Amino acid sequence: MPRFLSSRPDARLIPLPWETPLEQWPVEYLVALPRGISRHVVRFIRVGDSVYAAKEVIEHLAVHEYRLLHDLHRLATPAVEPVGVVTERYDADGNRLDPVLVTKHLQFALPYRSLFTPGVRQDTVNRLLDAMVVLLALLHLVGFLWVDVSLSNILFRRVAGAFAAYLVDAETGELHEQLSAGQRAHDLSIARTNLFGEFSDLEAGGMLDESLDPGTLVDSIEARYAELWTELTGVEEFDGSEMHRIDSRVRRLNALGFDVAELDITTDFGGTSIRIQPKVGDAGHHSRRLLRLTGLDTEENQARRLLNDLDTYRARTDQQNADEAIVAHQWLTEVFEAVVKRIPSDLRGKLEPAEVFHEVLEFRWYQSEKLGLEIPLEEAADRYVAEVLTTKPDEALTNVEVMGPLQNPYDPSQGYVDEDDSVPYDPWEDGAAEVDERLATWFDIDELRKGKRGA
Amino acid sequence: MATVSFDDATRVYPGSEHPAVDKLNLEIGDGEFMVLVGPSGCGKSTSLRMLAGLEEVNAGGIHIGDRDVTHLPPKDRDIAMVFQNYALYPHMTVADNMGFALKIAGKPKAEIRKRVEDAAEILDLSEYLDRKPKALSGGQRQRVAMGRAIVRSPQVFLMDEPLSNLDAKLRVSTRTQIAALQSRLGVTTVYVTHDQVEAMTMGDRVAVMKDGVLQQVDTPLALYDSPENLFVAGFIGSPAMNLIDGKIADGGVQVGDYVVPVAREVLAKAEGENDLTIGIRPENFELSEGDGLGLDVAVLEELGADAYLYGTLAGLDEDAKITAQQIVARISSRRPPQRGTTVRIGVAPEHVHVFSKATGARLSETNLR
Repeated sequence: MPRFLSSRPDARLIPLPWETPLEQWPVEYLVALPRGISRHVVRFIRVGDSVYAAKEVIEHLAVHEYRLLHDLHRLATPAVEPVGVVTERYDADGNRLDPVLVTKHLQFALPYRSLFTPGVRQDTVNRLLDAMVVLLALLHLVGFLWVDVSLSNILFRRVAGAFAAYLVDAETGELHEQLSAGQRAHDLSIARTNLFGEFSDLEAGGMLDESLDPGTLVDSIEARYAELWTELTGVEEFDGSEMHRIDSRVRRLNALGFDVAELDITTDFGGTSIRIQPKVGDAGHHSRRLLRLTGLDTEENQARRLLNDLDTYRARTDQQNADEAIVAHQWLTEVFEAVVKRIPSDLRGKLEPAEVFHEVLEFRWYQSEKLGLEIPLEEAADRYVAEVLTTKPDEALTNVEVMGPLQNPYDPSQGYVDEDDSVPYDPWEDGAAEVDERLATWFDIDELRKGKRGA
Repeated sequence: MATVSFDDATRVYPGSEHPAVDKLNLEIGDGEFMVLVGPSGCGKSTSLRMLAGLEEVNAGGIHIGDRDVTHLPPKDRDIAMVFQNYALYPHMTVADNMGFALKIAGKPKAEIRKRVEDAAEILDLSEYLDRKPKALSGGQRQRVAMGRAIVRSPQVFLMDEPLSNLDAKLRVSTRTQIAALQSRLGVTTVYVTHDQVEAMTMGDRVAVMKDGVLQQVDTPLALYDSPENLFVAGFIGSPAMNLIDGKIADGGVQVGDYVVPVAREVLAKAEGENDLTIGIRPENFELSEGDGLGLDVAVLEELGADAYLYGTLAGLDEDAKITAQQIVARISSRRPPQRGTTVRIGVAPEHVHVFSKATGARLSETNLR
């Protein structure tokens, strides 16, 4: 009987065919979703209305990753939520199977490959890279060394015109007290190489627009990261006449979405020179404020957008002196929910409510500009649903979009079907099946004396 | 290619009093395969990462060839971490999968092709360069990943527990392939593992570490035959060396009713210590008709021409046996004793390793066989 290691178990997972290698699971349990490249067998499995990602991997790595994802959750970093590890799996012949790590599928999230349909703009790719750089900096701030930084190990959510990135694979990661400059540089150089490989692969598969060049795309990663890191952690020195720089540093960090946990301010004896270094707390400055005011749980950029609208509403209804929480409640029922209610229920899987609201605001602004008069919000919402939302793909569970027939729809990382897929004879593997397993834990000193290295 | 030297290299983590790596001195020869081994927390991975530039060096220095790399960023050290990236890109050919990192480094196309072809030849992948990785066997795909490091032709290869995500069978076959490949390439290699079997079967030399301190560095056979202290003696060997405490007696060390023979010169080095620890490898015991350690045989395991006897020193009552130290002897399986019987096992003086119980240091001569 398989064993489930889980702090929040889902009982519906228990009756699944764990005695079968993941690669051979019957399709009725599976969902074909796009995803990145993995060196392990990964499948999306459906139980009831939930979707989980399952990865078959040897025990110590499965447990390591499960714990690490838990820690990342505790530290409030954007990462997929671990559900459990299934161990003690045996097939019908009593052979032991590798454990399976189960994580929650992140709704409304997309792997990079499905964002790269031909025609994707440079601007979109830049925003994708920005999201990756923010994720890397956030992880580095909490002391997480990622090692295998790559787009394949990230999922992206669309948020108010930008992207939010989530870590989905922590297998190679390590949590440290603090990272050294060398460790951070190492992660960055791996990111550069891996992303170059991934972009080149898209190019080879005909999925990268011809106007985009893999080399140019990755060239900016280090600079983007360095700029962000300096803003987050750098020391600033100025003289006593420039005290406003303390305030502007805090504002800049808030604008980037970070809260300042501590500000270390030192002055010299005469007070003529001041040195400040922030210690950045959690990201999510705006989303926490919106959550506190309205109960809406959104991504940072969406929160920023919604808060702007809330502030506009407050000014328009002339309530600058009223209690912020009361105005926020009015705005929620009269504005936000009024728009969300106008989405027909069969279209609700297209985009998250907060994202729909953001798009309606954008739509209204463009249309109003075009007509030269402000159109009412309700009208904008109805026209948006009819003209835009109906044409969008379903992002709650996006199906695999393909350029050609896939080798395996449940494992898009295997690529397309080719004419010649026969696996060639490999002399290096002669005798591999007859390898004496005992030699993994035991060496023969007599063989060693004969000078046989690797024996 | 190049030598690597650690000179008093030290790493202290912030907030820690105890160095993670304490004054490491290690010279690695040009083309040598050096394995760093030890239990978890011994400092082996930290040492590798100091060499890679991922960990700061707080004192001392590190050289690659004549270059002082102590404070260079990782990318300027001309090293390659092997097996860092196994993911193969499905739409790219095997050649592109191997060479793409050179492209990003701005190397000319012809040079990339040449380096990829050279690496493919060594890896027996030449005829598959234009295929997609999907049309390769598992082992060939793994070699493509190795090829990525090889085409960079770095001065040093670094490998950090590369086999830890493989199952037992694959670990054995990959171990052989890496060792063979390294000697064909002749590139200086530093390899980290917690597994002494891997260390002993792969390394030209092995550096054993414990608590941040280098214990001994030598060829696998020298480590096996002349461990310099009790830690190395107990760590290297499968099954492990028997380490038994006893008291100095006339002509040797008294264990139970038997005096294990030890040369007078060795005993003289004990300098006032009365308690010593003797070490005997399982294969150096012989069943004896006369003198020898009394052993109550608990388990007999037959492996081909050999048999392993597991038991405790004779004369203990049943309760004491449970907690007593287990003794292992490898003997010929022609006439093995029965489980539950008591046998005598002897050992020739040249096979007895003698250690100070107080300091753990080796007292007996080296070059034992």
